[in-house]
Amino acid sequence: MIITEIAELVCGKILTKNYKDKLEVKGAFVGDLMSDVLSTIRPEAVLITGLNHPQVIRTALIADASMVIIARGKDPSSEMIELAENEQMPLISSPLGLFEISSRLAEKDILSFENSFNRKNCP
Amino acid sequence: MSENASHPDLIANRITRVEELVYELSVSEVMTKNPITFDIDTSIRDALEVMRRLKISGAPVVVDQILTGIITFEDVVRALRDGRADKNVFEYMTTDVVTVHDYDQVVEALKTFSKNQVTRLPVLDSNNNLVGMLTKGDVSTGLLSAMERDVEKAERSKFKASQFFLDKEIISDHTTMVLRYKVKKNDFNHGGTASTRIKKALLRLGISNQIARKCGIAVYEAEMNLIIHTNNGGNLRIEIDSEKISMEAYDDGPGIEDIEKAMTPGWSTASQEVRTKGFGAGMGLTNIHNCVDEMAIRSSPDTGTNLFMIKYLEKENENESG
Repeated sequence: MIITEIAELVCGKILTKNYKDKLEVKGAFVGDLMSDVLSTIRPEAVLITGLNHPQVIRTALIADASMVIIARGKDPSSEMIELAENEQMPLISSPLGLFEISSRLAEKDILSFENSFNRKNCP
Repeated sequence: MSENASHPDLIANRITRVEELVYELSVSEVMTKNPITFDIDTSIRDALEVMRRLKISGAPVVVDQILTGIITFEDVVRALRDGRADKNVFEYMTTDVVTVHDYDQVVEALKTFSKNQVTRLPVLDSNNNLVGMLTKGDVSTGLLSAMERDVEKAERSKFKASQFFLDKEIISDHTTMVLRYKVKKNDFNHGGTASTRIKKALLRLGISNQIARKCGIAVYEAEMNLIIHTNNGGNLRIEIDSEKISMEAYDDGPGIEDIEKAMTPGWSTASQEVRTKGFGAGMGLTNIHNCVDEMAIRSSPDTGTNLFMIKYLEKENENESG
């Protein structure tokens, strides 16, 4: 899926203008603690989070995320939007909660882009 | 290549790279995929409407993806002259169609264009299903974007770290590049700025995405530790040479009380306030450990904390996905 399709799917608003509109997204990751994100997120994941702070954008950049979705309709600060714009990190604000955003994406065959540890007995 | 000479409109300058590319690129790389097609029972009137709307001068006619003919503007004009706009394209289409295969070299397509005096070629796959259309414009565009990719590649390789460090004109026993950053205590709004810059610098030096990403994560965690846990902030020092990236974070206190505990995944001393900003997951040192090849911590209440990290460049292609 591309960014405009994802935004539509989660009733979201794309807050940045400067993004690659043909970028295909294949996986996603949910997390609110940035170290958790950095420990297991795979490159090119959509980062879905409830945290509304510029750190989210920096974390997404460091971890090579493909875009950021802020859940529960939170309005990112102008500073955060500006950072996302300058760094070309697409930023979407969605009124939905983390679970619903995730399940809508999963229904469209978006995969979990999380490296799992300690799940030997969990197929 | 005499073939090219007959296409002055295609190749403005006879650059040898273009001559190479026509042999390197396959038709599938430059063709228009999912082309507009007509069914055999489409009327001439409808076909004309579609061609006018989409500004195309012809389109293949298919039955179940199998090419049966091609209808061009000239065919439509012929039908209109006969006053038979209501007839199907089937009756006016050209059935003797020249085609190319998607696995052919572009040079083959150019020869075909030249030999048959046609302007568009239907592209078939190995099962002879229609998979695309090829015009001379597609070829020009394909060649241009391939050359653009060449230029980008050359740009990037200019900055290859290995070239810089192995440059014979730089005479020293051991050449390195050092990047230094100051990190302020509690400066959450700018947290990660240094790490983002470090990561960009590594990419600029031609270091692979995977290594730059891992160094970025390690240094980001170290930077956040300086912001959250120090008395007076601290410093990041990154040294790059031809073999490795050495990263160091140091501060002047208060020191880590129990290093072993601090290394335990999930263990954190971060305040509730810090946690609301998304930090204090207790994964920082664990993350660093997972991202670098060597790691060491020295800490005491008197001298503060020194964190050393090394990532080797040659281990680059050996392992894993992350």
